[in-house]
Order: sequence, then structure tokens, then C-alpha cells
Amino acid sequence: MARLADWLLALPILLPLLACAGGAALRGRPGAQRMLTAAASAAMLLSAALLLGVVDRGGPIASQMGDWAPPFGITLVADRLAAALVLITAVMYAACALAARGDAALGEAEPLWHPLLAALVTGVAGAFLAGDLFNLYVWFEVMLIASFGLLVLKAGAAGRDAAVKYAVLNLVATSVFLIAIGLTYGLAGTLNLADLARRLPEAPNQGAVGAVAFLLLAAFAAKAAVFPLFFWLPASYHTAPAPVGAIFAALLTKVGVYALIRLFTLVFPGELPWVGPLIGLAAALTMVVGVLGAAAHWEIRRILSFHIISQIGYMLVGIAIATPLALAGAVLYMLHHIVVKANLFLVAGAIRRAGGSFSLAALGGLWRRDPWLGLLFAVPALSLAGLPPLSGFWAKLLVIRSGLEAEWYWLAAVALATGILTLYSMLKIWLEAFWKAPPEGQAAPPPLLGAERAWLLAPVAALALITLAIGLWTEPFAAFALAAGEELLGREAYIAAVLGGTP
Amino acid sequence: MEILLALLFGVLLAGAVHLLLARSLPRVILGLLLLGNAANIAILAGGRVLGTAPPLVSPGAQALAAGAANPLPQALVLTAIVISFGLTAFVMVLAWAVWKGEAVVDAEALRSAEPPALPSTDPAEAAEAEPSAEAR
Repeated sequence: MARLADWLLALPILLPLLACAGGAALRGRPGAQRMLTAAASAAMLLSAALLLGVVDRGGPIASQMGDWAPPFGITLVADRLAAALVLITAVMYAACALAARGDAALGEAEPLWHPLLAALVTGVAGAFLAGDLFNLYVWFEVMLIASFGLLVLKAGAAGRDAAVKYAVLNLVATSVFLIAIGLTYGLAGTLNLADLARRLPEAPNQGAVGAVAFLLLAAFAAKAAVFPLFFWLPASYHTAPAPVGAIFAALLTKVGVYALIRLFTLVFPGELPWVGPLIGLAAALTMVVGVLGAAAHWEIRRILSFHIISQIGYMLVGIAIATPLALAGAVLYMLHHIVVKANLFLVAGAIRRAGGSFSLAALGGLWRRDPWLGLLFAVPALSLAGLPPLSGFWAKLLVIRSGLEAEWYWLAAVALATGILTLYSMLKIWLEAFWKAPPEGQAAPPPLLGAERAWLLAPVAALALITLAIGLWTEPFAAFALAAGEELLGREAYIAAVLGGTP
Repeated sequence: MEILLALLFGVLLAGAVHLLLARSLPRVILGLLLLGNAANIAILAGGRVLGTAPPLVSPGAQALAAGAANPLPQALVLTAIVISFGLTAFVMVLAWAVWKGEAVVDAEALRSAEPPALPSTDPAEAAEAEPSAEAR
């Protein structure tokens, strides 16, 4: 007898999974594939919104797949953080599917794009909802294999080179994760996250608990592109077509960050004295190295890739400080960053279409040719840099204020300085691509018009509106993030939802 | 038995690290395979080696008899083997494609995705240096 909660938790995984299977079956019929993707993303949006509504009102919900009693079966859980991330994943699914309609770069690879995108979304949603460590691993792999496929959709020499580095480094991280799972099982005899939270503090060998925590930290830090394990990201993201780059930039690293938040609030909450300072140090170095890497580059997507790394640092600040306010900052930052970063990659695709290149040296004069495109670039770019009244300002404000309140002054200072350098990078793109005169002796590509313009810019405009909405109408988003932060630290509700008992 | 598994894990891991640090792609792939198997051994050992009797609950009983193997790590390892098989197959095809396209097995020589960061001042040259997905 399936309850409503079971359906709410299963649907965000089932819908894209069905779209993946259906999309693979309809390979020869692009029209039907597009309809299916549109229908699946719309249905996923609806079910994720319902899930968020239920969780926001009534606290975490859990469901045991196949009705095996916890902690023995496969558990799906959603609290505020997971539900919000599933909803934003559905938004990204729809936005990237829309943008791909207008992107000629996909071309004859489109029959594969639909099922692979759906598989990627399945893996991401599954990872957000997974209630035990091994299923988290399986969803990570679903996501990984789909991302391999997407990365080589149209791979030339550069794409193959990128895929080698991306695949090998991610597989090593995955193996470290798997080894950590084996050791965790040996220590606690369970892999259910809520059960681990209860049993690990009682494990006889606390030194080994620290070792396992470190292995998991390293594995997810590599997945999240944290310094010094980020090298796969700037080696690969800029070689994929724009919609692929957008969905990668939005979701892949954030799943790693989500896993770090989950583990270090639920399973290892503040018992290991080295965790906070270590993550704090990694956060500072990630922010600084990322933003400096971006400053050195002159290709739009390579700049944006380094900014992903830099922004991951802000989310880590929240995990390092681990007060409710800091975690609220991390939550708001993730939501804001997913929207903004996907948007920037989509705009980069539109810039390439309108200006003929991704390279800043070969671009110019776009503001005169297409001011709307400039406006649509400015919203996410300034939000990324953290200018009020856009979403990035509030996210940064929460993170930095939590740093000041917890007396991590140096970390707050690094975060502020990184914001200024981010602005430098965004201004560089603005000045080079939009403001300066177009380089001589280069024929401009035909102007971006008609249906192509609509398909390319509609998702960009929609995501820009979300950014503006979070920025101008912050109150409910900030309140939600604070509630999510409180919920992460007060972990009893989560544990009770999974294992039963009163919170 | 656990000591043996621990030793095997260590040997596999050492071999994997050695191979992963090599520059030749086929050796790297072999390293990934060893690493995956080391992880499987870790899971198997984590579940303790209890016995060799099949983990079947006899009729009327409520729990496994003593001496039965722990079925959970075997299920986990089976899943992990399938996944690592699929991923390794992908990487092998990828290495083959790199060999066919660029005639390269040396990871150090793979530089086409990351040309120097600063652009040439000549726009035409800059456009050429741009790593493009469409480049065939």
C-alpha cells in the first residue's frame, strides 16, 4: 500500500528514468523525443514542487522502497535541503532541454542528448533523495556514466582529451568513496545514513571513524571540485556544447557539496575536531585559486569553469562553520549558484552564436548589436559577483555574516576579497565581448533572430527572473534557508523520519 | 582470513597507485581496474568473513544459522562490479578513440583541451586556438 509520501519521493526519480528509457526507444523520432522530454520535465517540476510543499510544511519524510523495514531496505528521504535541490534540478532539466532546442551545436547528436540528459537528472535527483551511503554511490555512478556520454556527444580532439581527464579523475574519486563505504560497513555494520548517525558514535574504534570521515571528505571534495582536487573540472567543462556545459555547471559539483553537507551535519556532527578547520582552509584555498584561475583566462567558458570552483568555496564556508546561519548561507548559495551558473553557460552559448566565438579576443561590439543579450548576461554575471539586489548578494551576505558571527574573520575576509575578484572577471567578459569595438577583418555571424532567438534566450530570461526574484523578494527564500539550516543541525527529525520514533 | 584480505587489498591498492601514476593510458586503465577490485575487497572484508554456508534461512527459523556467509557485502560487491565494468568499458573505448584520433597513448601529450590561457592578439589565431566542441 503506497502512501502519498512514497509517490512523492519516488516520482522525481521515476519520471526522468522513464524519459530516459522512452527517449532511447524513440531515437529515430526527434519530435516525439522533444515532446517526451518536455512532458517529463514538466511532470518532474510539478512533483518536486509538491514534495517541497509537503516537506516544508510537515518536516522530513522518508519512504522504504519495497517495504523492507529500516535500516535494511532502500530508503528515500527528503528534508528541506534535499527537496529544494530536487526542485531546482527539475528547473534545470526544463531550462537545459529548452536551450538545446535552439542550440545548433547539438545537431545530429540530439537523439542521444535526450536520454542522456534524463539519465543525468535521474542520478542527481536520486543522489539528493538517497537515504543510505551505498545508494548514494549508485546514484553518483548513474550521474557519472550519463555525464561521460554527454561529454563525448560531439567530441573532437579537445573533447576526447577532456573526457579522458574527467573520466579517470572521477573514477579514482569514486573508488575512494567505495573503499570508504566498505570501511564504514565494517565499522558500524550499517550504511543507512540515519542509522550511521546513531551507531558511529558508539563504534569501538573511533580512530577508524576519523579515517573513514577523511576518506569520504576526500572523495566528495573531488566530486565537488574542491582545492586541491579540482583539476578535472577546468580540463573538461569548456569542451562540451553549451546546454551540456550548463547542466554540468549547475548540478554535478553541487551533488558533491550536498553529500558533504549531509555527511558532516548528520553522520559526523562536530565530533571530529579537525573537520571544521580543514574544510575552512580548503574553502579559502578553493575560493582564491578558482578566482585567480579565472582571472588568467580569456575564453568565456574557461573563465566560468574556474568560477564554479571558486563558488564551491563559499558553500564549504557554510559547512566549515556549521552554525544554523552558516548552513543557511550554504543552502541559499547552492540554490542561487545552480541557477546563475547554468544561466551563464547558456548565455555563453548565445554569445558564441551571436558573436561567433567563445574567445574574448575574437569578440566585441555585442552591446551595439544585441543589447538584450547584454542585459541577460549582466543579470547572472552581477549576481555571481554578489551585487545587490541580486540573489548572489544575499547568499554571500549570509555566508559572510555567519563567518563574522562565528569569529572566523579571516575566512570572511577571503570570501569578500574573492567577491571583488569575481567582479573583475565578469567585467572582463563584459568589456571584451560587449563593450570594445569588434576586432577588424572578421565577418559578424548573422544576427540572432526568430525562433532560434526565442529558444536560446527564453530559458536564459526565465533563469534571470528567478535570480531577480530571489534578490528582490528575499524574505521567503532566506527564511526557508534558515529553516533548512536549523533542520540540518537538529538532526533528530531526519533520523526519526527514517527510523521511526518521535523527534 | 581477514589478514589475507587486508594484505590483498594493500597489494592491489599499491599496484593501482603505481599504474595510475603512469603516463600511458592503457596502464592507467589497468590501474583503475585494480583500484575497483581493491574497493570490492574492502567491502567484502568489511562484512567480515563469517563462513561459507549459503545465507539461506531454513524453514521455520527466524535468522541465519551460524557459519552462514554475510549476504549483504556480496550484493554490494556485485553492484560495484557491474558499475565498474561499465565505466571501465567506457574508458577503454575512449582511450581507443583517442588512439584512433590523435595516435596518442601518452597522457602527458594530451593537451588539446587546455591550450595556453592567454589569447593571441590576432583574432583569427585566437579563434583557432579556442578548443571547440565542433572541431573534428
